[in-house]
Amino acid sequence: MSPFLTLLARDLKLAARSGGSAALALSFFALVATLVPLGVGADLHLLARVAGGILWVGAVLAALLSLDRLFQGDYEDGSLDVIALSPLPLELTALAKIAAHWLSTGLPLTLLSPLLALMFNLPGPAILTLFVSLLIGTPAVSAIGAIGASLTLSLKRGGLILPLIILPLVTPAVIFGAGAVSQTLDGMAAAGALQLLAAFSFAAVLLSPFAAAASVRLNLSN
Amino acid sequence: MISSLTAEKLACARGDRKLFDGLSFRVRAGQALSVVGPNGAGKTSLLRLIAGFLTPVSGRIVVKTAGTESDDADERGKLIGWLGHHDGLKPQLTVLEQLKFYAQLYDRPLRPSGTSPVTTGEESSGALLERVGLARQAELPCRYLSAGQRRRLALARLVASNRSLWLLDEPFAALDTAGQALVAHLMAAHCGQGGIIIAATHDPLGLGNESLRL
Repeated sequence: MSPFLTLLARDLKLAARSGGSAALALSFFALVATLVPLGVGADLHLLARVAGGILWVGAVLAALLSLDRLFQGDYEDGSLDVIALSPLPLELTALAKIAAHWLSTGLPLTLLSPLLALMFNLPGPAILTLFVSLLIGTPAVSAIGAIGASLTLSLKRGGLILPLIILPLVTPAVIFGAGAVSQTLDGMAAAGALQLLAAFSFAAVLLSPFAAAASVRLNLSN
Repeated sequence: MISSLTAEKLACARGDRKLFDGLSFRVRAGQALSVVGPNGAGKTSLLRLIAGFLTPVSGRIVVKTAGTESDDADERGKLIGWLGHHDGLKPQLTVLEQLKFYAQLYDRPLRPSGTSPVTTGEESSGALLERVGLARQAELPCRYLSAGQRRRLALARLVASNRSLWLLDEPFAALDTAGQALVAHLMAAHCGQGGIIIAATHDPLGLGNESLRL
């Protein structure tokens, strides 16, 4: 197994074992999606209208829950020093961690979303759009989140600052993702919004590892 | 294989505070250097400087390998086996999983126990754990290990990484007498194979080596 896959496999194992950050994110997502219809009331038309936005915001916040530990755990117990000296460049280390985070939170959240969308009375085609938009867009959340996680890795209460760094940067994903769902609801083609979302996500996954690696290097020199 | 490491007029500062200045030394293959000095003298900083985590204020570190010479930190990083203050172990992983992870990460996968060696010198995970005295703990999650046992696992990881330039920060910390003898044995073996050791320590390494006082 290559060093990249080795790190990816270890991070997935840790996510599954440590009380399960994946299970935590999923429960949070489900709770938010359950609370909103209770708060908004049983106006089925209104619920369908807000579903895309609420579920997208819920998914982003759920993914945030486990992001602060992305590098911090390895930093605190000294693993990051050993990983940094391994044959794996820090950029690929960051990419492996982004991939592990997405596989353990973004993907499960996406798979759960159609079920939660039913509670919002979202019609079938719009559910499909929501599912596709989350599938395309959540990698961007993990990738941009990695930048925030690497910047705050040496801070004791980094988890509090992390959303302030990340949320403004993932705004495009939420706009295009929720926008695509609205367009489908209105009977329009969502392809345009989904393509923009895909472009954003692609750029985020491609560029974030470099930013995250630079920030990890900076933190290791402290 | 590494043939020598030379520090030329190194200066290091942390924040506004200067730790050391004009520090020069040379270590050749098969030699060990112990770095001694009071707490806060900059022993760990010197190791982090050599590892390339820190950049010197001035001066350079040159590594000679088989005819080539380089002061590039990334090149140097590929030779380094790191044993820091922290052991770098995950409480959720078992001893064996942890060791295998690092061996594979360093592209030196260990042979599963009970299989025959494909190439010579390739050690099995079981034999390596046996060597550091953790054979019976192989399936135990790291959270149940004592501080000394964690250190032993970190040593096994260091050996498995198969690097020629060992940077050790307090290698004897938390270890019992047998553990300290084990460290001395591993270090002697490493030097015997032509490796270099630079260790920050309060205790003598017992290798008849030179020491550098900060």
